[in-house]
Amino acid sequence: MKISTQKRTDVIISEAILIIVSLVFILPLILALTMSIQPPHVVFSFPPKILPRGLHLQNYVTAFQRVPFFRLFLNSAIVAVMITAGKLITGALAGYAYANFKFFGKSFSFAFLFATLFLPAEIIMIVPLFSLMVKFGWVNTYWALTIPFMASATNTFLLRQHFMMIPKELEDSARIDGAGPMAYFIKILLPLSKAMLGGVSIINFIYAWNLYLWPLIITMEDKMKTVQVGVKMLIDSEAASDWGVIMAGTVSAVIPTLIVFFVLQSIFVKSLTRSGIKG
Amino acid sequence: MRKWTPYLLLIPTFIIIVLFIYVPAEYSIMASMQRILPFGRGTSYIGLTNFLKLFSNAEYLYSVRFTILYVTVTVGIAIIFSFLIALLLVKKIPGVKLFRTLIFVPYAISPAIAGALWTFLLNPIVGHVSYFFQVLFGVQVEWLTSKPYAFYAVVFASVWKTLPFNMIFYIASIQDVPEEIIESATIEGASPLNRTWKIIFPMVSPITFYLVIMNIVTMMFSSFAIIDVMTKGGPGQYTTNMIYRLYLDAFYFQKPGIASAQSVILIAIMIVVTSIYFKFGERRVHYQ
Repeated sequence: MKISTQKRTDVIISEAILIIVSLVFILPLILALTMSIQPPHVVFSFPPKILPRGLHLQNYVTAFQRVPFFRLFLNSAIVAVMITAGKLITGALAGYAYANFKFFGKSFSFAFLFATLFLPAEIIMIVPLFSLMVKFGWVNTYWALTIPFMASATNTFLLRQHFMMIPKELEDSARIDGAGPMAYFIKILLPLSKAMLGGVSIINFIYAWNLYLWPLIITMEDKMKTVQVGVKMLIDSEAASDWGVIMAGTVSAVIPTLIVFFVLQSIFVKSLTRSGIKG
Repeated sequence: MRKWTPYLLLIPTFIIIVLFIYVPAEYSIMASMQRILPFGRGTSYIGLTNFLKLFSNAEYLYSVRFTILYVTVTVGIAIIFSFLIALLLVKKIPGVKLFRTLIFVPYAISPAIAGALWTFLLNPIVGHVSYFFQVLFGVQVEWLTSKPYAFYAVVFASVWKTLPFNMIFYIASIQDVPEEIIESATIEGASPLNRTWKIIFPMVSPITFYLVIMNIVTMMFSSFAIIDVMTKGGPGQYTTNMIYRLYLDAFYFQKPGIASAQSVILIAIMIVVTSIYFKFGERRVHYQ
């Protein structure tokens, strides 16, 4: 009897703590949404409101006028899709090479790839990659925004690990049936890895959509910037106290990743914890 | 045919990593030991001069000290709280799936957006957190432009952004702790606190180690966006960490040699941190 009451208090306390913690993590977004649909006279009301007063979508229109958000969305979408696709292709090809083949230089090249984990992208971007892009004449282009990020060690390792778990007998029987290594890869291995490829894509999409430092430095014209930089442009713009407009931009910028996140959450969490990659 | 296949498969990956990671890294190392001569007369070798300059540069040394403080505080808080929250989230209580989803949301939000959200919440006029603070303590604070509040502000945003990542890993690894071990400890009379600190915490230590390393890297480098959006390294240079210092010296003050020397130091730090991980963190790989 004593134990069950104790258990019940335990559940109630845990529940209460979790409600508070969940609020801490979700409220910033809800408050931003509220602020984004607030008419200007309510923005400065004191104390600040938690629930919206009316639905004032003018802020979104203003945000999209103040900064060329349509264009920035298009840029972010192009960048995120290109990087995701590029990483998936290079990662799957290289992962297949390491998982299914024995070849001269395998461990050396693997170590060479592995060592890139020691070199964080931010350090490489700031001076040297920027100078290289200047030399290529790629400043202000989609090439600069996408191609340098189209391969990564973590992607290769993840897919290699996954391909290694697929039974070797499948490959042997495919070979006996006369399928070459590429036919086996495309017709058997990739279809069997759909869930893993999906999970990896989500992680890469969120990573690419959320890039900030690189688009900030490599684009000079507003029309080549991405939504992440657009939010910063709104905060820094002359009408910086216009919080309804700034939050309208912020909420718009976060919607695509949130959709991906909520729709595909379960696959995503699984592949994230399995991989242990940083994103 | 089969003999050449693996090489062909590796070509795209290696072109990209050589061209966009190794070539730039090598350039950084060279540039850190060179001085660009005026009027396009090329470069001259100056050895370690840039490094010696850095070590006597008060602004740079401040950014190093600030980085140490910022990383220690944010990683400490993010690790401890994510573990405690994960302990609650593995319990079989109503709504636990919903709580997990809600707390995990900031993972999908970029550091730049996290910075924008917290800039809003801490705004002294319209911000809810600022208001709450005012009600509790009776002072109105200029969070982003005054000391030491600017530091607290970037810490809030950084922890809020990073904690969910840790939490997911802790949930997975706490669930992996064999139930028999906890049951037998309970039968032998171990209190819940003892079970947590003497059994669960040591059992998940490989994950803790992994997360500490990952968080150090995140806080050292991905913090750039949070700091750029929230404080721009200010007030003054109060929140300028090493990556932000590097950015300022490279793009704002146009000192490529000094900036390259900073890059090399950061790469060296990364090599140390990552080596520690691979030397002592191997167990996690076998454990999985």
